Amino acid sequence: MDFGPYLLLASLEGAVLASVLALMASGLSLVFGVMRVVNVAHGEFYMLGAVLAWWVASLAGGSVVLGFVLALVLAPLIVGAIAATADIVVLRRLSYDPERTIVATIGLLYIIQQLTLMSYGPEARPVVAPFNTRLAIPWFEFADGGLRMYWPWGLSTTSYKLFVIFAAVAVLLGIRVMMTRSRAGLLMRATQQDREIAQAFGIPVERVYAVVFGIGAGLAALAGVLIVPIQQAHYLMGLDALLLSFIVVIIGGLGSLAGTVIAAVLIGMSEGIISVFFSPTLAKIIATLLVAFVLVFRPQGLMGKRVR
Amino acid sequence: MSETARILALHAGLVALLLVLNFVLPAYPQGNLARIMVLASYAIGYNVLFGYTGLLSLGHAMFFAAGMYGMGLSMRHLGFPAGPALLAGLGAGAALSLVVGLLALRTAGVAFMIVTLMFAQAVYLAILLFGKYTRGDEGFVIPQADRVLAGIDLSDPFNRYFVALALFSFCLFSVLWLIRRPAGRVLVAIRENEERARLLGYDVFAHKLGAVVASGTISALAGAFYGLLFGYAGASFAAVQYSILPLLWVLLGGAGTIIGPFIGTLFMFYLIDLTSGLTSAYMLIAGVALVLLTLFAPQGLAGELRKRLWRWLP
Repeated sequence: MDFGPYLLLASLEGAVLASVLALMASGLSLVFGVMRVVNVAHGEFYMLGAVLAWWVASLAGGSVVLGFVLALVLAPLIVGAIAATADIVVLRRLSYDPERTIVATIGLLYIIQQLTLMSYGPEARPVVAPFNTRLAIPWFEFADGGLRMYWPWGLSTTSYKLFVIFAAVAVLLGIRVMMTRSRAGLLMRATQQDREIAQAFGIPVERVYAVVFGIGAGLAALAGVLIVPIQQAHYLMGLDALLLSFIVVIIGGLGSLAGTVIAAVLIGMSEGIISVFFSPTLAKIIATLLVAFVLVFRPQGLMGKRVR
Repeated sequence: MSETARILALHAGLVALLLVLNFVLPAYPQGNLARIMVLASYAIGYNVLFGYTGLLSLGHAMFFAAGMYGMGLSMRHLGFPAGPALLAGLGAGAALSLVVGLLALRTAGVAFMIVTLMFAQAVYLAILLFGKYTRGDEGFVIPQADRVLAGIDLSDPFNRYFVALALFSFCLFSVLWLIRRPAGRVLVAIRENEERARLLGYDVFAHKLGAVVASGTISALAGAFYGLLFGYAGASFAAVQYSILPLLWVLLGGAGTIIGPFIGTLFMFYLIDLTSGLTSAYMLIAGVALVLLTLFAPQGLAGELRKRLWRWLP
């Protein structure tokens, strides 16, 4: 393959990664924005989404499409309910003190991960995509003075990967509409601006927190369901995803949803492209150092506003 | 008995007890206790920063690994004998903690935790990237012939226990000395109220930097000795888990107490040792312990002891 088609292929893979990452990171960003809680267990909610998708799909038995649709609906709901319970039982009792919630969510991370190891086991398991048509992509080149179209060997994507990108865009638009147009979004934004004033105006702040924590975890679980036909479900898959979402949320500016989505596209695309051409370990080192330096020298993120 | 005499009696008593145990314990608990003392030295180093200065780092594994690899790599590739190799590990830890401190201390609170986490992740990935020299995940064995310090064979269980005890008591008493000096009091003042410490005219940044370097260097010392005493260096010691474990030990034992890190390490080591016989998911215990501790006993065991019985516990 020539360089051009190769680059297109790499950016398509990058776009799939970017959309999954955007979903997951916007969950993390929402939780941090409204609650000021850094949720270290976020990666495990993503892993739970993937594992539950496998479980639901295997319960549904023969029908691949039915299993997948059920997983798409059920996994985020179950994970959201688990997260809301964790918020009520643990985080609320810590009064959302930043350092103690981090330690508690580290604890949650190990509890979820190890319980999954005990029940689901150490194997990586695949879920069959509901549809997976191979789509070849044409490429154009100048030859003999004219534009010629041809179909390079290996340049293709699948209908499922395109579906992932569209689903992520749709869900993110939905979240944006919810935050800006709905009453629930209004309550969340009011809580985000000033917790005490919101409480004084009769907003049930604690219930808002539980719902936000649930929605954040549900978004991670949804990302997990979407990725599992491409990558297999494994009990350790959460940590890498967590670090990547941290990177995205920090580069995009903590708590800014638009910044998060832009950063996810940036990081996902460049991760996809860089790891095709260079060593993936080197790409990860550069990304982690970049985050550390952004936090040190530009703590508001590349696009975020300065907080307090 | 005066307060200083009580404090000395308690800590010297602990060291004396550990010394006697070397002569009476059977082989398996003797080996475990040697390991616990080295890991407790790591926890003591972590406690300088977390317990006394109030800075929560999520990346201390990078200092532990800097000591371990500074020692191991200089031995493996430069042919250093044990003594200079230990100094190389110590130097690597001190240098790394100075650089990380200068950068990370520009941030505070949650950002400090994430910056240290990211630096540690970069160190871990760098160990994997240079797998040609470090052997990556697989790690490398330090040959028995090289594990000789001043004519003492460190692979012998009896000697190993003695050296681990010497390291542990060195860390214990030097940190005890540090926090009873004026500089140590300033660290506690920063933990309690940073603004007020600054207002009183103390150079807060310099003191915090000193705490990061002291904490990182002690952690590196523990890492170097761990590699030397147990004859192995591997990338898993630089992974996130080894940054979380000292936090867990210190929280369990009691943050901001001298004896707490040892109690916490001892407790958690045996808890994990006992449960790993039952299930492979032994880190579940660590998770449950972390959640329960933050919920019900943020002071830890020694902290509760100080609150209820011994008000003088440093």
